[in-house]
Amino acid sequence: MRNARAEAGQTCAGRSGLHPCARSCYTCYEMKQHKRLCVGRESCTFAISLMVFVLLAAFVLAPQARAQFSGAVSPASAYSIPQPQLIQPDALSRLLRAPAAARPLVLQVGSRIFFSQAHIPGSIYAGPGSQPAGLQLLESSVASSPKDRLIILYCGCCPWNRCPNVGPAYHRLRDLGFTHVKVLYLASNFGDDWVAKGYPVEEPQ
Amino acid sequence: MKIPRRSSLPFRFAFYACLLAPAVLHPAPHSLLHRPAPTFTRNDLSGKLVDLRAFRGQVVLLNFWATWCGPCRLELPRFAAWQTQYGPRGLQILAVSMDDDPAPVRALVRQLNLDFPVVMGDQPLGTLYGGVLGLPQTFLIGRDGTVRARLKGEADLQSLESRVRRLLAEPRP
Repeated sequence: MRNARAEAGQTCAGRSGLHPCARSCYTCYEMKQHKRLCVGRESCTFAISLMVFVLLAAFVLAPQARAQFSGAVSPASAYSIPQPQLIQPDALSRLLRAPAAARPLVLQVGSRIFFSQAHIPGSIYAGPGSQPAGLQLLESSVASSPKDRLIILYCGCCPWNRCPNVGPAYHRLRDLGFTHVKVLYLASNFGDDWVAKGYPVEEPQ
Repeated sequence: MKIPRRSSLPFRFAFYACLLAPAVLHPAPHSLLHRPAPTFTRNDLSGKLVDLRAFRGQVVLLNFWATWCGPCRLELPRFAAWQTQYGPRGLQILAVSMDDDPAPVRALVRQLNLDFPVVMGDQPLGTLYGGVLGLPQTFLIGRDGTVRARLKGEADLQSLESRVRRLLAEPRP
């Protein structure tokens, strides 16, 4: 072992003399066959610092990552809606073509002005989900619906990760005992992800 | 595909109808770019009349926003700073709130100390501007009154500021 350490010191002599840290020299010896892995102490320190920073950024600066790590996502966030409860525009468009008896109850839970500009045919305004008054309107909109009725919520006011309406609306219906609630996933907004894509729209006369 | 010449007229009609149907059923949205900005008049929150035509000769940054829109609230202070910085060079910020109720708008305008006209939007104004169906949404209107840019969603403010500066450099008509 002593000979190995002495040999390690010589191996890690580098450009001039012994490496300042004997421990790194010993490490260098162990990885003698993989010289590219034999880095100096300063490089190791930099690499470790960089990794720590990246991990810190991932867990602290990324709300979604932080939420997943902590297991707690704000119910106000659209991310709090479980993935299986999301429905894509294509799928909703097909559902809207179903016979009347099989069609879902579609509720817009965002901006009333947006609803009045354009909305999904047959949908009802029941928002905004971010306001108590809007949630009351939502409750009254579903008061006469059976608890197993398929209900589709949508908003599209803002990018999905910024929407303040769908999360609270979804959770309110779940709390009321509705078992078939889905939310239309609109990544950017209603205009770009539904209207511009050619899906059916009802506009003011 | 070869269309049988001796086929019945209805078949040929149906063929061409199928080609044209997408354009008819979903006509291409009317683009505002490089067209005169639709004019409108509204009273701002203080009751003063705001007429878009009065800003001809200036560069107008027309911003649709709402108090419940997080990215909008981030942009507004920057716009206020630009109004101060570039106002003497001919920039006019004009904000249209798509809130249903003016009360929270007034409160936020006071809180952010916005020094540019803020008017309440509605369905006709949104439709006039091609359908404002997502926020924030910003239109840049040149000194000649034409729409030079339409930005949807969170804007790259640095890039937007550069565009504003370029428009300000244009001579007055």
